[in-house]
Amino acid sequence: MLNRRTFGKSLLAGAATLSAPSLLRAQAGWPSRPITYVIPFNPGGESDVTARFQQPFMEEITGQSVVITSRPGAGGATSWAQLNSLEADGYTIMNTIVPHTILQPAMKDVGYQTADINNVFFFHYTPDAVLVRADSPFQTLQDLIDFATDNPGALTMGGSGTNTANHLASVIFGDLTGAKVTYVPFSGSAPAMTAVLGGQIGGGMSYTTQAVRAGDQVRTLAVATEDRVAALPDVPTFRELGFDHVGGAYRGVAVPAGTPAAVQQQLSDVIGQVNANPEFQRQMTEAGYQVVDIPLANVPAFIEERQGAYAPAIERMRG
Amino acid sequence: MLEAFLSALTPFNLSLALAGVVLGTIIGALPGLSATMAVAVLVPFTFTMDPASGLIALGAVYTGAIYGGAYAAILVNTPGTPAAIATSLDGFPMAKRGDGDLAVTISCFASAFGGIVGALALLFVAPPLATIALNFGPVEYFWLAVFGLSLIAVLSKGNTIKGLIGGFIGLFLSTVGSAVIGGDVRYTMGQLSLLGGIHIIPALIGLYCIPVLLGMVANRDPHIERAKSGNGTRIPEALGTLWRSKFNLLRSSIIGTVVGILPAAGGAVAGLVAYSEARRTSPDRARFGKGAPDGVVASESANSATVGGGFVPTLVLGIPGTPPDAIILGALLVQGIRVGPQLFTTQSDLVMTFTFGLLIATVLMIPTGLVIGRTAFRAISSIPKSVLAPAIGVLIMVGAFAVEQNPNHVVMMVILGGLAFIAARWGFEPSPIVLGLILGPIAEQGFVQAWLIGGASGDLLGQYFGRPISLGIIFLTLLTLAWPWFSDWKARRRTLEVTE
Repeated sequence: MLNRRTFGKSLLAGAATLSAPSLLRAQAGWPSRPITYVIPFNPGGESDVTARFQQPFMEEITGQSVVITSRPGAGGATSWAQLNSLEADGYTIMNTIVPHTILQPAMKDVGYQTADINNVFFFHYTPDAVLVRADSPFQTLQDLIDFATDNPGALTMGGSGTNTANHLASVIFGDLTGAKVTYVPFSGSAPAMTAVLGGQIGGGMSYTTQAVRAGDQVRTLAVATEDRVAALPDVPTFRELGFDHVGGAYRGVAVPAGTPAAVQQQLSDVIGQVNANPEFQRQMTEAGYQVVDIPLANVPAFIEERQGAYAPAIERMRG
Repeated sequence: MLEAFLSALTPFNLSLALAGVVLGTIIGALPGLSATMAVAVLVPFTFTMDPASGLIALGAVYTGAIYGGAYAAILVNTPGTPAAIATSLDGFPMAKRGDGDLAVTISCFASAFGGIVGALALLFVAPPLATIALNFGPVEYFWLAVFGLSLIAVLSKGNTIKGLIGGFIGLFLSTVGSAVIGGDVRYTMGQLSLLGGIHIIPALIGLYCIPVLLGMVANRDPHIERAKSGNGTRIPEALGTLWRSKFNLLRSSIIGTVVGILPAAGGAVAGLVAYSEARRTSPDRARFGKGAPDGVVASESANSATVGGGFVPTLVLGIPGTPPDAIILGALLVQGIRVGPQLFTTQSDLVMTFTFGLLIATVLMIPTGLVIGRTAFRAISSIPKSVLAPAIGVLIMVGAFAVEQNPNHVVMMVILGGLAFIAARWGFEPSPIVLGLILGPIAEQGFVQAWLIGGASGDLLGQYFGRPISLGIIFLTLLTLAWPWFSDWKARRRTLEVTE
């Protein structure tokens, strides 16, 4: 006959044998149902397009469907502020962008801190690009810098919004080159490009993707990459021209805080596998995106490095 | 060209166009579900199709959704999409007096005509037209927004002061949130939910629809009159009306095409500008706002023409003309199609097939619109109010939430709706408020950008007043504002001459 203690023990043991495999299944079996991929921007933008590039490859690897849903607002801040209140089971993942998630909390109260965003992978960046209309007198970056140095503030350069990646890039550009340009914010990178093409402004502080899209309507003077961009083979990098600037908008994938570590690692691996796919790489590079691999283990160092790189410019933007 | 026409005519593409138009019309008719959302929902399905078919499906849904907005505007006095704001101004008074069926049929034919004009512009003159988008700088957008705001004088029926107050309330509401330009956080009262600003769709539904719903519950009268006679479409009568206002129809379609080309403007501005011009040039201006079919003709032909117009900069320059175009552009990129000037030379077949698809979808909109429109009119005029009011109530809750899957939007909608209900008792109309809310950001951004650019060039006055397109818009604004006095003065002189 079982006494109380042995009954309790056997119950515990039974529970352990029952729960151990199910616990294992919960992690080994991820994903066992569709994954929701939240994009904090409007459909049609770069975050949306790159997520749609990833989607079929993620579905192929995981065997589960990936549902892209758009929750825009306040330059992404609305969604990022809600990230940690979503269910932390690995079935809701969210697109994030650096410098946005570093810049926004540094400039004002947006309901989250940089450290609140639990990134598992940064998979590409859209490099900064300085461009002018095809008939502009500026043939090289040096022409533009010379003009902006001789005529402080007279050259207008458009970009997407205030306190954004383009704004930050224009401040960094001024610091590096000594050029004094007037930054004109627009309500997105597309309206800013329209103003460049229409000759309303002297140039654009934009992205390589916009330069690729505009084709020979614009002349790109420099790109912020380590090596030349495949889709813009004739355009020099800032480093070639003697300015140490590599960067742009780094897009990553984040999960709510408390998501099991094993699931975070698996998700990071899945995105890494997508990045390694030659077909995915071809689609991305043709459109002007730079694929990078910053997996879970390297995320903290990456964020710290970027915070350091942006700190002087952010300090100046805070005025 | 013939080959492209035939490939648009394959049974698969034809059924896609039909299905797209039907789906779009239904989505557009539901308050809160906009053309942008209809297109976004469909995009993933198009990835499995070849590019031309995918584009046809997207274009058809887009066309249908812009048209569908007219039903809610006419029958419920709630613009289903911002593009239909001007439609409700005369459409609902028509429905109120029992001409809802006529208004729906007129809107169907006017939309199809506008859509065809827009698509023909895309087919034949897209590359030269695209330069219009480039000649519109920040200062032109500023003046265009001011021109739009001058409509408040028109929209505030009888009481200009109250209209202006409403317009200022709308402008004020448009400043809430974190500013795109300048980056300041304004009037959020510490609420993070206000950081993203007041979204136009929940505001639109709240301001228009909630007072209507409360009115339905508070009054005994039927919501709209049933059809007086006929089979519920009144096609000959509608065609007769359109023939009489053929100049209005053509002018509004051209206005719609041109405004559609302007990337920051969109269907709402097109409808309002066309409405204002129709009213200014009409001999019986006094009937506008009280159920003039001409108002519906102007608004509907113009907003449908923006579809074709919007594709001009999208395909030629790679710059989306309207928000749904931005989504379609993204879909094209995912399909591996590079838009831009080279698209018209390297892939002209694709552009042609798509444009013909758009034309076919627009033509298919006539039978679709007549059938769905008749059903909608019969339903809304015969369902008892005790069922209709809660049904619409549920729909708008879902609609406000669905915009960005944000529950805060529902709260915002209800609050604004309550305020609009109270304001209506004091004689404040929703239209001036909505106008301020839509045009405020366009005016503000254009003004600040022009200020920065003018300051950098050292010629601030020249930036605001020295550019030909700006001067043209300023002239039109003054004309719109001064016209009523001018024509009154002329009429008075004529009567004086007669009596002397």
